[in-house]
Amino acid sequence: MDEALIRSLTPGVLTVLVRRGADFAAAEDAVQDALVEAVRGWPADPPRDPKGWLVTVAWRRFLDAARADTARRRREDRVEEEPAPGPAPDVDDTLQLYFLCAHPSLTPSSAVALTLRAVGGLTTRQIARAYLVPEATMAQRISRAKRTVSGVRFDRPGDVATVLRVLYLVFNEGYSGDVDLAAEAVRLTRQLAASVDHPEVAGLLALMLLHHARRAARTAPDGSLVPLAEQDRGRWDTASIAEGVRILQAALARDRLGEFQAQAAIAALHADAPTAGETDWPQIVEWYDELARLTDNPVVRLNRAVAVGEADGPRAGLAALAALDYTLPRHTAVAAYLHERDGDLDTAARLYAEAAHEAPALAERDHLTRQAARLNSRRRGSR
Amino acid sequence: MAKYLLLKHYRGAPEAVNCAPMDQWTPEEISAHMQYMQDFADRLEKSGEFVDGQALAPEGTWVRYDGEGKPPVTDGPFAETKDLIAGWMVIDVDSYERAVELAGELSAAPGAGGKPIHEWLELRPFLTASPTVTD
Repeated sequence: MDEALIRSLTPGVLTVLVRRGADFAAAEDAVQDALVEAVRGWPADPPRDPKGWLVTVAWRRFLDAARADTARRRREDRVEEEPAPGPAPDVDDTLQLYFLCAHPSLTPSSAVALTLRAVGGLTTRQIARAYLVPEATMAQRISRAKRTVSGVRFDRPGDVATVLRVLYLVFNEGYSGDVDLAAEAVRLTRQLAASVDHPEVAGLLALMLLHHARRAARTAPDGSLVPLAEQDRGRWDTASIAEGVRILQAALARDRLGEFQAQAAIAALHADAPTAGETDWPQIVEWYDELARLTDNPVVRLNRAVAVGEADGPRAGLAALAALDYTLPRHTAVAAYLHERDGDLDTAARLYAEAAHEAPALAERDHLTRQAARLNSRRRGSR
Repeated sequence: MAKYLLLKHYRGAPEAVNCAPMDQWTPEEISAHMQYMQDFADRLEKSGEFVDGQALAPEGTWVRYDGEGKPPVTDGPFAETKDLIAGWMVIDVDSYERAVELAGELSAAPGAGGKPIHEWLELRPFLTASPTVTD
């Protein structure tokens, strides 16, 4: 039983059913039933055309369910007039499913859950584990999302930007449980890029590949964070980096710059440096300037201050930082880092401890506490 | 089996014997502390006594309903005096004695100078539904 094959077929089957007029939630139920039958029957009797098989069985299940429901009599009549299911088309028509699952009427968390379920073909249990919530909670979230999009017309073109945001959210969830959400996001974005010709889709795919390529080096065996400059670059996935750079270059050549392409360009410059010391910081600053023009995001300006600190020295970085709102998340951590580089260890240690207190994530808090501890024990040692 | 909640406090608990803020430890002492906590949780997972453990952010807010049509009351941005929970671990053990033993072990996590912190932990049993009488 090839789980990856089934997972890749599920969205297409679902799309066919919804195209034929099945209600989203009912179509999903029917597809799940068909998958159960596949699990039971395929090992002994594998079909020649797995997708066609699934479509036929799921459609039959859907009709059975519709018939059983007397309140749906009228819809049933209409359905029966339709021609019998022919062979399923081979073209990837899951695109509309992406748009539906990222519909603006859904909250981000619902959109993410529905995307993983409908497009990614993950089970509710897998999604629940990945988000560390009980299965019943995730089941509710998903069925609520399905109800929300039930009335949405399927043929209206969606907003690519919304889909990209949802995929980026999935990517940033990282991984826990038995599904690696980052890898899942890469897979889905790759699928999307194959059917949508849009430089920002390519930009997001490149960005994910470039970040993903560095993941193994980003944490130590004990789970603690390893900063970029200290990462073992030999552990970076060079094939992923090369692919990301290639996709990015093709996207940039089309001269329709967007946020994701600019972010990917920065990631590419980091990935390209053989050592941390050889990083092309001036060019990174230029890309941050582009990014700041594209998005009015204060976090971008905070990152830019770090890059300025590397390109023009810590004093310049601190000056750039001074222009920003000090309540920005990680502002204190950046200030601590720049003060340390400037040689002011007392201030840096104090700020690291303060930043640890404000850190939103455990690994980050531990990392900042260690930074403070490192400077404090160095100061004690030199006294 | 009975479930117990182990609470770690930021504030509100009696002071630990070996009390020093973590940023005054050496990085090696921090690593040793983290390793001890991780080993402890791993061991309980293997023995089937681990249920859940989470760390909490330092900022907490008291919230109360303030009447029809009004936003809830909060205690404002300043929270000098209240207790703050830093994290919890839920264990499922055979007896109260075992729960105390494990809490004691957790409190012995190494801190500054590589010596145990002797931190006070709060141990609270879960209330459960009354057992069904079968005999």
